[in-house]
Amino acid sequence: MLKASVLIIAGLLLAGTALAQEEGGPALLSAGTDINNTESLQRGARNFINYCSGCHSLKYLRYNRLGLDLHIPESELHNLMFTSDKVFDGINSAMPSDAEGWFGKQPPDLSLMARERGVDYLYSYLKGFYVDKSRIWGVNNLYLPSTAMPHVLEERQGLQKPVFKNEKDDNGSARMVLVGVEAMTPGAMKPEEYDQFVRDLVNFLDYAGEPIKAKRQSMGIFVVLFLLVFFVFAYLLKKEYWKDVH
Amino acid sequence: MAAAPESTGTGNRLLGWIDERFPLTKLWREQVSEYYAPKNFNFWYYFGIISLVVLVIQLVTGIFLTMNYKPSSAEAFSSIEYIMRDVDWGWLIRYMHSTGASAFFIVIYLHMFRALLYGSHRKPRELLWIFGCLIFLLLMAEAFMGYVLPWGNMSYWGAQVIVSLFSSLPVIGQSLVEWIRGDYYIADATLNRFFALHVAALPLALIFLVIAHLMALHEVGSNNPDGIEIKKHKDAQGHPLDGIPFHPYYTVKDTVGVAGFLVLFCGVIFFAPTFGGLFLESPNFEPANVLQTPPHIAPVWYFTPFYAMLRAVPSFAGTQVWGVLVMGASVLIIFFLPWLDRSPVRSIRYRGPIYKVMLAILVVSFIILGVCGLKPPSGIYPMLARICTILYFAFFLLMPWYTKFDSVKPVPERVTGHA
Repeated sequence: MLKASVLIIAGLLLAGTALAQEEGGPALLSAGTDINNTESLQRGARNFINYCSGCHSLKYLRYNRLGLDLHIPESELHNLMFTSDKVFDGINSAMPSDAEGWFGKQPPDLSLMARERGVDYLYSYLKGFYVDKSRIWGVNNLYLPSTAMPHVLEERQGLQKPVFKNEKDDNGSARMVLVGVEAMTPGAMKPEEYDQFVRDLVNFLDYAGEPIKAKRQSMGIFVVLFLLVFFVFAYLLKKEYWKDVH
Repeated sequence: MAAAPESTGTGNRLLGWIDERFPLTKLWREQVSEYYAPKNFNFWYYFGIISLVVLVIQLVTGIFLTMNYKPSSAEAFSSIEYIMRDVDWGWLIRYMHSTGASAFFIVIYLHMFRALLYGSHRKPRELLWIFGCLIFLLLMAEAFMGYVLPWGNMSYWGAQVIVSLFSSLPVIGQSLVEWIRGDYYIADATLNRFFALHVAALPLALIFLVIAHLMALHEVGSNNPDGIEIKKHKDAQGHPLDGIPFHPYYTVKDTVGVAGFLVLFCGVIFFAPTFGGLFLESPNFEPANVLQTPPHIAPVWYFTPFYAMLRAVPSFAGTQVWGVLVMGASVLIIFFLPWLDRSPVRSIRYRGPIYKVMLAILVVSFIILGVCGLKPPSGIYPMLARICTILYFAFFLLMPWYTKFDSVKPVPERVTGHA
């Protein structure tokens, strides 16, 4: 009875978590990032500064924290910084605070974007731009329809075109449904190189969302191991005391 | 204390000095070393002590969080990130507190389920049960206000939705909501007062209630998995034959339980602090935005069963108040359990099949309600929520009949075995 109820509860809880994660829209690509890969993080930081920081800030990530965590010496750190920045400043963007008029939306701060949307979403988004002449920047995005952002990495990736499929809607009339994107014109990078480029960038954003993440996980192994050992000793102590309970 | 051992040691002399002025040894004996608890406690009896451990974790981490948190709408969100990134070990303290909130509800739900299994709410433990229900009620208020403090977008819109529920009350609704918010919408004034309630008023009330809960427990004595009174059979010294002193037997046993809990607790803190978006919801990593709602507003998981019941009730006679009343009733009805239960036995071990089926239905429908509350109200979920709301209330409202007519097995005189 007890075991059965515990099993039922556990099963339902698992089902609940699985249900909680399902979402609409096209299936996301797997980012395959690794927060422990320092070289990837360093490349990602460089990519961010070169391609993103013109518009997007990382205001909660300080340069010196970045230097410490990613093993970038302070002399090199200055190459990443705007001249007026101090090492203890957060990563600013060059964007004035009234850029809303340029894009229809202020480019958001990306400090916590990986925590808000997940790495798979960011990876998919950066690979999801396609040509759409009806948009002001000439591109749209498979994963964020009507995105306000231009395809900044176009020169790297090249352009993609949308893939439509004919479907019947509920009333039986035909309509075009956007199902994916495919390469149209090549960019400076091969597709694998671009994937790696975006993966590094997203990995860096994952780091920026929670700089302690890698340390937290490695520390956690020791904490849990200690508690397991403590659990065993506590159990043996209990057994010793309870010998005289009949 | 005449019974204090005569000794010449400094420690004992100090203890004697204290005992002449404060009943330290007396309290220790009455509440711990000579509090006789049934020897047959099983797995389900760990959750009381674990909830006490979680309470302490929340109090201590909460104190440290307030040292760097700024209760203002302009600074709250950034101050949380300051804690996560710049305060030494701030991330750990914050994750302990956020995971502790969810752990509190898991532990309390299991603790309440234990009472339903073994009839711990039955006479003479009605007041003990009511103190427990009050703790649960306060805990919900405490958790709700705490959830607003990070001032993320889900904090903001969650508060907006929940507080505006009160506006459906007739006549006073609108002014009541303004009184709660201190403004015409959720704003700085709301955040500031929720902070005051979350860190001072509610924890104080919680601590008093926990003390009352424990005093009531130690006055009537603990129930046990057989649901029989161990005080009926005593030895020559007047100690229950089936009882053992809480210390050292249950202090060492509870240490094992607490250690097991901490393994899971730390597993979540270090490896999955957001728990797939259930313990820390993704939209809450975006600062509160008055102009943009999250794609789907849902309360944190521990409120979703009650939230689902709220949504399950359709509006009627031009008002939504019925859902609010049903949600209120779903919590308040728990208080009346000791008087709804008419079974001649307490423990599920000696109850008949009807109670077992009803309890299983309660658990399953409560969990399904929890899932429904997380989902947008479309597809099968609204119907599922309605069915489960009816089943949830059926467990309580039909209880006087089914517990009376249910078959029972003979109850033993003495407890059966120990774990």
